[in-house]
Amino acid sequence: MKVNNVILQFTTKIVFFIIFFFAVHIFFAGHYTPGGGFVGGLVTASAIVLLLVAFDLKTVRSLLPINYIYMVAIGLLIALGTAAIAMFLDEPFFTHFFDYFYLPLFGKTSLHTAALFDFGVYLVVVGVTMTIIQTIGEDE
Amino acid sequence: MLQVVCLFIPLIAAIFMPFLFKKIRNIHTGWFVLLVPLFLAIYYATFVPSISKGETAVVQFDWIPSLGISFVSYIDGLSLLFSLLISGIGALVVLYSIFYLNRKKEQLHNFYIYLLIFMSAMLGVVQSDNMITLYLFWELTSISSFLLIGYWYNRDKSRFGALKSMMITVAGGMMMLGGFVLLSLMGGTFSIRSIIEQAPLFATNDTFVIALVLILLGAFTKSAQFPFYIWLPDAMEAPTPVSAYLHSATMVKAGIYLVARFTPVFALSEVWIWLVAGIGLLTLFWGSFFAVKQTDLKGILAFSTVSQLGLIMSLLGVGAIAYHVNDAADTVFKYASFAAIFHLINHATFKGSLFMIAGIVDHETGTRDIRKLGGLMSIMPVSFTVALIGSFSMAGLPPFNGFLSKEMFLTAMLSVTEFDLFNFSTWAPLFPIIAWVASVFTFIYSFYFVFKTFTGKLQENELPTKPHEAPIGMLISPVILAGLVVTIFFIPNLVTDTFVKPAVMAIQPFLYSSPEDVHIHVSAWHGFSPELWMTLGIIVVGLLLFVTLSKWQKYYNTLPEQFTLNRLYDFTVNELLGSWMTRFSGLYMTGSIRKYLGYMFTAIPIIVIATLFIKNAFVVSFEGASPIHLYQIILIFVLVIGTITTVYARSRITSIIALGAVGYTVSLFFVIFNAPDLALTQLVIETISVALFLLAFYHLPKFQKAEERTRFKFGRVFISVAVGVMVTLVALSAHSQKLVSSIAEYYKETVYSLAGGGNIVNVILVDYRGFDTLFEIAVLAIAGIAIYGMIKLRMSRKEKNHESK
Repeated sequence: MKVNNVILQFTTKIVFFIIFFFAVHIFFAGHYTPGGGFVGGLVTASAIVLLLVAFDLKTVRSLLPINYIYMVAIGLLIALGTAAIAMFLDEPFFTHFFDYFYLPLFGKTSLHTAALFDFGVYLVVVGVTMTIIQTIGEDE
Repeated sequence: MLQVVCLFIPLIAAIFMPFLFKKIRNIHTGWFVLLVPLFLAIYYATFVPSISKGETAVVQFDWIPSLGISFVSYIDGLSLLFSLLISGIGALVVLYSIFYLNRKKEQLHNFYIYLLIFMSAMLGVVQSDNMITLYLFWELTSISSFLLIGYWYNRDKSRFGALKSMMITVAGGMMMLGGFVLLSLMGGTFSIRSIIEQAPLFATNDTFVIALVLILLGAFTKSAQFPFYIWLPDAMEAPTPVSAYLHSATMVKAGIYLVARFTPVFALSEVWIWLVAGIGLLTLFWGSFFAVKQTDLKGILAFSTVSQLGLIMSLLGVGAIAYHVNDAADTVFKYASFAAIFHLINHATFKGSLFMIAGIVDHETGTRDIRKLGGLMSIMPVSFTVALIGSFSMAGLPPFNGFLSKEMFLTAMLSVTEFDLFNFSTWAPLFPIIAWVASVFTFIYSFYFVFKTFTGKLQENELPTKPHEAPIGMLISPVILAGLVVTIFFIPNLVTDTFVKPAVMAIQPFLYSSPEDVHIHVSAWHGFSPELWMTLGIIVVGLLLFVTLSKWQKYYNTLPEQFTLNRLYDFTVNELLGSWMTRFSGLYMTGSIRKYLGYMFTAIPIIVIATLFIKNAFVVSFEGASPIHLYQIILIFVLVIGTITTVYARSRITSIIALGAVGYTVSLFFVIFNAPDLALTQLVIETISVALFLLAFYHLPKFQKAEERTRFKFGRVFISVAVGVMVTLVALSAHSQKLVSSIAEYYKETVYSLAGGGNIVNVILVDYRGFDTLFEIAVLAIAGIAIYGMIKLRMSRKEKNHESK
């Protein structure tokens, strides 16, 4: 059963990027306004789910050739690694560091190791959600 | 700093194994692994000059400082000796495994990952000064050993052996944790060093003996002491490099290490001496007695390891007597601890080489059954020589190192008779007698092992493959170890001065202030002393019994199989836990999720509501409640209608949509009550779960609501009402009474200054409660992988079915 969803597919192609960039925005804004790695990851996943709804599994897989299991592993390693950084600086496990820097283009920016940790969370959430949806979707 | 990082080097290296194995296929992964123990061995060797002078090196690394938990690498004589054994023998074993395991047929990355995890764990055990981290590493050795024993996981016996070893050692480890906690309660610290300093004060404490017994249980299970030894023979299902490494040189010696390390704490107790010496001696005898019965080469070695560990254990027990004697440094008891450490080194060398030889025989002939073997001497001359050296050393014959430590063992056992505290005088004469009898059996099984395999008639048609000498690479490690066996015999004092004496000082810190104070000179010729006559007796009787072995070996089977300890274990695991418990759990584990939810939601309201009323915690007060607006009432109606629709919908799709409506309404409530984070998450989750539902929708079985609807389930209504009541009561009570001020204030004040953030929810997630999040994503990852594994496994099975059809 192959349905030609021209309108849905065309809209999806645009909306996908809007959602994705919104996810990125949410992720980075997370430390000061609602958002963060968890929600950002879920929003990203929902963008990909939208792709899945509009196209089929195979097409999405060729569009985004990502092994989501690896993504989960990398996310966990980043999160754990961030937490472990402190240990190498003789601080207790999970001590975060932050400071303000003047970067070109951005101006005064705060850089925070928590963001790195959050990125790990983000990857795990996207990875797990997509792993589950993909495997269930593949199972005939 | 580097000292602590070194503990984790093998773990870090383990991460790269899959890549090395998958990407670089031409080179055996073992060559890369070899670098790790080599580096560690060289690193630890640099400590030798200072440690042998009696110095110690401590580096602390905070982990959870608020609970007093930290990684403390404490290197003194004892831990240095073990670290060198772990890294040194580790290097030899890895080298051996390169030739033993075929890189084309075996899952090498798994093997080396487990091995490296084990190496880290073992180094952690012997160097940790903090009892909690010691326990952590201790259980990690059990887990990695479980993985290694079960490495060939498609064999039933491997899985059985792996499970057995883990059940026993982990159970012992948990007992040990209890002992540690009791000790830390007494001493107010987790640090072993400060516990040792305070030790004399503990003896009067009520829980002292309990802590002692619990810690000993940990040590005995790990070191395969009677009656816990039963896991060790089954652990022989592991690949031979693993047996050589874990089950002779390192893991089983963790128990010895623990006993040695805690001797200064517990030696004042007579229970300690009785248990350690008594169980040790019993194990020594039991192991040596049953080793002769075995027909599997590795089985003989397993039982001999059990017995040798018992020997070392009994020596440590006798060594603890020195704490009860004035001027112990001048009496004969000083020999015991010294002999224990010395024999530990010797045992690691000769047993390591023997295990490797057993592996070679297995590898080159295809069988380990001693009844099929024989006459390999001329075909495998190098292996035979190594086996001969190892066995003679094990039997305690000159000129091999086992002779030296064996003589000291006999000296120590004879000395027990001189001691008359705690009614020892009545039982003491038994010590040298049991020791002597056990030594006779040790002699027999050593000869049995080497001569039944290498001499006699070659039964070539019994052997699965045509026998030939092993490749040179496989022989390097056993030859090096055999070389050490001989070298240590000729220069014993060099070895004892550098390694044994500092370790003895760690066991008996009250007696000696520096390693030079340990006035023991090892000599191969020590005059016509009682020990020498005993040794001669062992040789004469042992030879006689060995020659007549075939005549009396059958008497072993007079003990019926039903009454052995293994039988007891099998009964407990299979009958008691296996079928009875399965039958019991089958009563309520029906596989129906509806029922499980029923159980849970019955239990939770009962517990919570009962607690509320017992504790008199139910209070209603509407003070500070915000006004209710009309639109909120409307939303609640939507919520209620949505819920009812979900339950009574006629088709699944209506249910799903109604459920979605409920979810979105709840998130609207979050928005109204100023929780944008929650609302956002709820919205996205709702979207994704509807999508997931739709994905699975197609495959769900036919909707059978019609039949369900006709019967009004009173029980379920009752449960759901109870849950609702419970939540309402808890919410009202929580709102109405506040014992302590809300923690929100703290977050509000510190979120910017401490964490540099603005959004409290996110800061809590990534910073204040980062641990929570870390474990949460770990759980999430495991759940994802589990679903992936489950469905992929089913799919691959289906494919197989298709093929077979």
